[in-house]
Amino acid sequence: MKRTVIQGGHVVDPETGIDGLFDIVIEDGKILSVGDSKPGTGDWKLETIDATDKVVTPGLIDMHTHLREPGHEYKETIQTGCLAAVHGGFTTICCMPNTQPVNDNQSVTDYILKKARAAGSVRVYPIGAVSQGLKGKNLAEYGEMKAAGVVALSDDGNPVMNAQLMRRAMEYAKAFELLIISHCEDRDLTSNGVMNEGVTATRLGLAGIPNSSESVMVARDIALCELTGAPVHIAHVSTEDSVRIIRNAKERGLPVTAETAPHYFSLTEEAVLNYDTNAKVHPPLRTAKDREAIRQGLADGAIDIIASDHAPHSSVEKEVEFEAAANGLIGMETSLPLSLKLLEKGFLSLTDLVLKMSVNPARVLRLDHIGLKPGNPADLTVIDLEKRFTINADTFRSKSRNTPFNGWQVKGKAVITMVGGKVVFNDY
Amino acid sequence: MKFEKKDILDIESLSRDEIGLILDTADSLKEISSRAIKKVPTLRGKTIVHFFHESSTRTRTSFEIAAKRLSGDTVSISASTSSIVKGETLADTARNLEAMNPDAIILRHKAAGTPHMLARLVKSSVINAGDGMHAHPTQALLDMMTIRERKGRLDGLNIVIAGDIAHSRVARSNIVGFTKMGARVSLVGPPTMIPQGIETLGASASYDIKEAIGDADIIMMLRIQKERQESFLFPSDREYARYFGLTAETLATAKDDVLIMHPGPINRGVEIAPEVADGPYSVILEQVANGVAVRMAILYLLLGGPR
Repeated sequence: MKRTVIQGGHVVDPETGIDGLFDIVIEDGKILSVGDSKPGTGDWKLETIDATDKVVTPGLIDMHTHLREPGHEYKETIQTGCLAAVHGGFTTICCMPNTQPVNDNQSVTDYILKKARAAGSVRVYPIGAVSQGLKGKNLAEYGEMKAAGVVALSDDGNPVMNAQLMRRAMEYAKAFELLIISHCEDRDLTSNGVMNEGVTATRLGLAGIPNSSESVMVARDIALCELTGAPVHIAHVSTEDSVRIIRNAKERGLPVTAETAPHYFSLTEEAVLNYDTNAKVHPPLRTAKDREAIRQGLADGAIDIIASDHAPHSSVEKEVEFEAAANGLIGMETSLPLSLKLLEKGFLSLTDLVLKMSVNPARVLRLDHIGLKPGNPADLTVIDLEKRFTINADTFRSKSRNTPFNGWQVKGKAVITMVGGKVVFNDY
Repeated sequence: MKFEKKDILDIESLSRDEIGLILDTADSLKEISSRAIKKVPTLRGKTIVHFFHESSTRTRTSFEIAAKRLSGDTVSISASTSSIVKGETLADTARNLEAMNPDAIILRHKAAGTPHMLARLVKSSVINAGDGMHAHPTQALLDMMTIRERKGRLDGLNIVIAGDIAHSRVARSNIVGFTKMGARVSLVGPPTMIPQGIETLGASASYDIKEAIGDADIIMMLRIQKERQESFLFPSDREYARYFGLTAETLATAKDDVLIMHPGPINRGVEIAPEVADGPYSVILEQVANGVAVRMAILYLLLGGPR
């Protein structure tokens, strides 16, 4: 038998309300206690991890990633995606269904979970498709996918344009207690747009995507949530008006939750100047006003969650004409340091950050273990808030390099990632 | 003044002095085109690749003639005859062209930003011959040359650009260039064709052409692309011609010494009435003639001197 003690760290867990210097005792991969309790004596091997001057949080959860397997293994595999996750401090990730074949049935779900077990680092929870083949025509088999292990449903990059299909999906998903995650985008308003509509697009001669392309669908899905009583989760919120609509829905007591991604609170459309395809993403990077609204939304709780929308692409998709380039950027290895900047700027407290990056995703997805409660698997992240470094894509564990943050000076990173009591990443 | 640029990618990156130098050089080179033997040896031994990824008659011919009048060796590639049809990326095509060590690559491409991408990849000079909706710097320069020739200056002139501003690289480059040289630019067209934030480029916008042209020294009409009807930008040619086109009747309100310009190709009877296009105020063919002089000037400034 083995006991591990994580000693003297600043433990922050909003789920249990713990916020102070405590020792965490772990036995058989599970949390035994969080407190001043000594590991005690007994017939076990004792391992000690000194967490002095470090922060210890429940394992970080990234509920929006793309692992590209099956089908696009040259961009990312489940194994490299899992390595990127632990490198970024995540113990649990969810992967979107836009693989090839699409994860719209139990055999693809089984395949992903088998590969994830073989990777053997983070917990991987697949997200199933809302519609068969992400085509927006027929419902996928939610019951069978749920039994196989999906935790939510989304057509992600292929937004459900048919409002009636979305309504039925939300109703039908209630039977299996599956959350619908909506990538809110009106394809007609997006048209041939490739970046945010406005001054910068006009200067660059690129077709724009208006804010309303997102917000009309946020409003639609909230109306459908009200109609069906089914919860809805709004993915990667990027605009001021979306934040306002979501805040209003929450005030009215509707079961609406929302996430944003670090690029939406870190960058503006100006990152696209010079036609940098690494800054081409859906929804597009918006204006400084939108970025401010996203930060405010995180601060006041309109936005519950930070998720990376990790979207690996190779040079084949990115080293091309801007309008021909694929959408998306990778984020699991930059998410935490970029989010920590919000602490410095005063938008979030450390407790808020742990809510947005661990406790809230676990609650929204109804995962069966949340926070650092005794009995829970010992999934936790040790963070060095003072560690300064330069983001260098060449050091990423991800297979892809498509980040607009290369060369950024940041402060704070995960130094230990532990999943089920096992240290899967150690950069102490 | 020495010209230090490696590439001509857009008007934004050229200073007022650099634009002035290009126009002065074009003025002095224009005479070559009216000689009996229309050739000087300035660019002997220089290789110029014309890479036209999008169809073009005027610009391509103009660049070819400009290079040949300066004795440059020219090679032409179009999308249909290049490896692009075999699936080669622009970046790979660029690297391959670069390996053959040309002195300049002139690129026309349907995607905005491609000349910038090319310029990052190659050591040769890159000249933008039109990229998507973004920029068409040599067109703007030949327009400025034409205006300067006729009016003696750009500074203080009122210039109206009318039509599909949103999809026009000519409009973008001209707004930047004209305002940089001290002219006032007003835009007119249906609201569906006036892009967001255009005023940040220094131009004002309105929707009534009769009103807009009242104090104009120059009226530049833009080509209307018929396929834009499918994107709900305007209902019909008929209505467009009536409310946003330039007819003899509309022109009655304009100043006596107004100049009518058009980058071509023109849609007779849509944005411009035939009698206006062919009428006394029109300088449309002078623009074309000056195109050769401006492109000779650019090739000369980029490749002609010691670098």
